[in-house]
Amino acid sequence: MKYLSLLTVLPVVAWAQNTAGLQAKVTALEAATRSAQSAGDNAWMLTSAALVLMMTGPGLALFYGGLVRRKNVLATMMQSFILMALVTVVWAVVGYSLAFGEGTPFVGGLRYALLNGVGSAPNPDYAATIPHQTFMIYQLMFAIITPALITGAFAERMKFSAMLLFMVLWMLIVYLPMAHMVWGKGGFLNAALGGRIPCFDFAGGTVVHITSGVSALVTALYLGKRLGYPHEDMKPHNLVISFIGACLLWVGWFGFNAGSALAASSLATSAFVATHFGAAAAALGWVVAEWRRSGKPSVLGAISGCVAGLVAITPASGFVKPFPALLIGFLAGILCYFMVAKVKQKLGYDDSLDAFGVHGCGGTLGALLTGVFATAAVNQGFKGPLGLVDGHPGQIWNQAIGCAIAWVLAIVGTLIVLKICDALIGLRVTASQETEGLDVSLHGEEGYILEA
Amino acid sequence: MKKIEAIIQPFKLDEVKEALAGIGVDGMTISEVRGHGRQKGHKEVYRGREYTVDLLPKLKIEVVVGDARCDELVKTLTAAARTGKIGDGKIFVYEVAEAIRIRNDDRGDAAL
Repeated sequence: MKYLSLLTVLPVVAWAQNTAGLQAKVTALEAATRSAQSAGDNAWMLTSAALVLMMTGPGLALFYGGLVRRKNVLATMMQSFILMALVTVVWAVVGYSLAFGEGTPFVGGLRYALLNGVGSAPNPDYAATIPHQTFMIYQLMFAIITPALITGAFAERMKFSAMLLFMVLWMLIVYLPMAHMVWGKGGFLNAALGGRIPCFDFAGGTVVHITSGVSALVTALYLGKRLGYPHEDMKPHNLVISFIGACLLWVGWFGFNAGSALAASSLATSAFVATHFGAAAAALGWVVAEWRRSGKPSVLGAISGCVAGLVAITPASGFVKPFPALLIGFLAGILCYFMVAKVKQKLGYDDSLDAFGVHGCGGTLGALLTGVFATAAVNQGFKGPLGLVDGHPGQIWNQAIGCAIAWVLAIVGTLIVLKICDALIGLRVTASQETEGLDVSLHGEEGYILEA
Repeated sequence: MKKIEAIIQPFKLDEVKEALAGIGVDGMTISEVRGHGRQKGHKEVYRGREYTVDLLPKLKIEVVVGDARCDELVKTLTAAARTGKIGDGKIFVYEVAEAIRIRNDDRGDAAL
């Protein structure tokens, strides 16, 4: 009997030893899997961050630089470039914290000020598989391009010094609060992290494009028209560099939208596809509208349409299927063409490079249509039906509230910022500086020295 | 001596140069100019804003020859530069008081 019981106990002991070994193996495997996923995600997110920086310089700098007159090409490119430097410093000191630190529903707190606590450990609230620092630098690239988009509205007439102050204040008053509301933990409009009104904005339709586009309009109206507008010749001086810029924007936008999945996931692929489809359909939409109305399909029309489509698909990119993406893009191409070619002419404001017509209008259209076409079939990160196509028409209302908040914040915030800059520095260059061109009068250089 | 100044369509330059070389004229000065005569300009549209461009790019050819060769040169040049459409340009003929070759002080026909 004694031996018999021993015989039954022996396998149990062996089994127990085996499971302990197995457990250790499983733990090691889990750690290896996590590390592999983290490596994959981090590789994609660092690539995306670089792509988004490329959108500002050289993408936007070339796109805008080609659209101004020859005497202002350097000044226009400098506005984009200096923001790559200026916003980075603001971001490091308080910007990241005010956007992504926990605080009130409307603006973040100071827990990450001076990048305190932003290191290699992931922040699971935002992105559990990449270093917190990767998330921080990726979001910085968005904070850089957003104010750079506004420069299109005041091109060829704003003081450089006033622009620097304008941009620092604008970050603090408009961009950082809006980014916190939509993307920050506990933000008022955050759909994923406990917002009061869940507004879907995958990559920045409200945060980036509505804020910049509407602020652009306000700035253009406040500054007044360029000398000689609209009777003087103000043709784009070099559409070839604008073309290169637009193509760089198209490619960089994959980092902007697909990167907003914050992982090298199937959601990133879906956003990549939607982004590409939106750009393609919008280029066609703008060209068709222009061809019918003015008789010729222009290169500037095609590249402007592509940018309009990229803008409109931005908030929707992580929520919609490929065919709705085509539709959103196509509609954005047509709408933005009419805003720029018809409505602007009628109203007579001088938004030099159409920052409002493309980003303000395209961004609003995209944010609203996200409420129509968002579907849980694409984005599994949320409970229940997402947009109208999922049987949740109320989402369109949520999107509209998000847009309205972005519009009001942009209008009021920008006016305050303009008043301050106007009082402290003065916004416009003198008439003689404007006539001479900002390249020579503000920077002491020329873009093209043909006899050199 | 005569100076022949011809404003021509830019794309006609090669034909004109060959024709002039064919009759032994081997010196000329060419500049890119803009202007218009009866030819209407064209319309350009940038994001819905229309611009009328009435000064069109042309080439100006200047050749100085001895009096005896003037008619032949004008005939050759006209034939080579003509398309028959509005915008072909014009030829002006001037008297030249003196020609001097800077290298060696040759004067008159010898300097050409």
